Amino acid sequence: MVKRKIVGAHYGLMDWLVQRITGVVMAVYALIVAVALLMGAGASAASWQAFLSGGPMRFATFIFVVSLCWHAWVGVRDIWMDYVQPAGIRLALHTLTLVALVGYAGWAAQIIWRL
Amino acid sequence: MTTRTLQFKIYRYDPDQDRKPWMQDIAVEVDAADRKLLDAMVKLKAVDDSLAFRRSCREGVCGSDALNINGRNGLACLADLAGFPDGKPIVLRPLPGLPVIRDLIVDMTQFFKQYHSIRPYLINNDPPPERERLQSPEDREELNGLYECILCACCSTACPSFWWNPDKFVGPAGLLAAYRFIADTRDQATGERLDNLEDPYRLFRCHTIMNCIEVCPKGLNPTRAIGKIKDMMVRRAI
Repeated sequence: MVKRKIVGAHYGLMDWLVQRITGVVMAVYALIVAVALLMGAGASAASWQAFLSGGPMRFATFIFVVSLCWHAWVGVRDIWMDYVQPAGIRLALHTLTLVALVGYAGWAAQIIWRL
Repeated sequence: MTTRTLQFKIYRYDPDQDRKPWMQDIAVEVDAADRKLLDAMVKLKAVDDSLAFRRSCREGVCGSDALNINGRNGLACLADLAGFPDGKPIVLRPLPGLPVIRDLIVDMTQFFKQYHSIRPYLINNDPPPERERLQSPEDREELNGLYECILCACCSTACPSFWWNPDKFVGPAGLLAAYRFIADTRDQATGERLDNLEDPYRLFRCHTIMNCIEVCPKGLNPTRAIGKIKDMMVRRAI
């Protein structure tokens, strides 16, 4: 194969947009948690569990975890794209990152619904 | 006439003679008539005529004498000698990230390749009118801060994303020029231009580091232009 530099994959906008949207989602969630802590939700293990196990909070925490993983996917992939040049190694790192993040999301979901 | 001795530390590399680059300590006497760094460098050439650097207009228009001055990219012809403190050598290096041809002269091929890739000319297939293609003053206003770029490469060579992927990332100078034509109401290839940039490398390697704004000798803002390109892409897609 001729070693030519190839660009023009015609994607990237969605990732860039998703990174911003998930950032906003995480900021809002952080704000909710900060307010809850200020109001004493973290006073004891029982109150903290009660706060996190409510339906709306479960929903919010799950959305937060998905946002975090998606945000991390775009960010970590950017690092690989910036610094790792050989395509094979880059693909392997992309795959590992994706596998780890999907695993973390599943693990987090399991924890959220175990509360 | 008052004179002043300026100390320099200059990156030297002649591929025909040197195995690797080295820093030369050299001094030159300047007088009150020498106002800019370039004036001192021209005098330096009389001290050591083997020193190589590019220069042409000496007034910040041609962009030939872009250098890394005390760790910061800029034009030698715009750098005030009065701004350099006494007793500290002025460190001159070639623009970072581009291959060095000799001393302070870099190979700009990659930079101009990226510039050419955005098709830096008006694309309009309508037959040209008798006099000129007109624009409203408001439409023309949008081109301010874009058309003034002199392609000195200070911005692109200060951009870490361009250092890592100069062959794939268009770089701030190229993207500023790209937006100059995307924003031009007389241009008819807006969609193709956006298609051409919608790529994880060509446009989206910009991580808004903003070194480009910091070093632009013309005071331009490539980051804002890049943001406007992304904004147009979002508006096109949603």
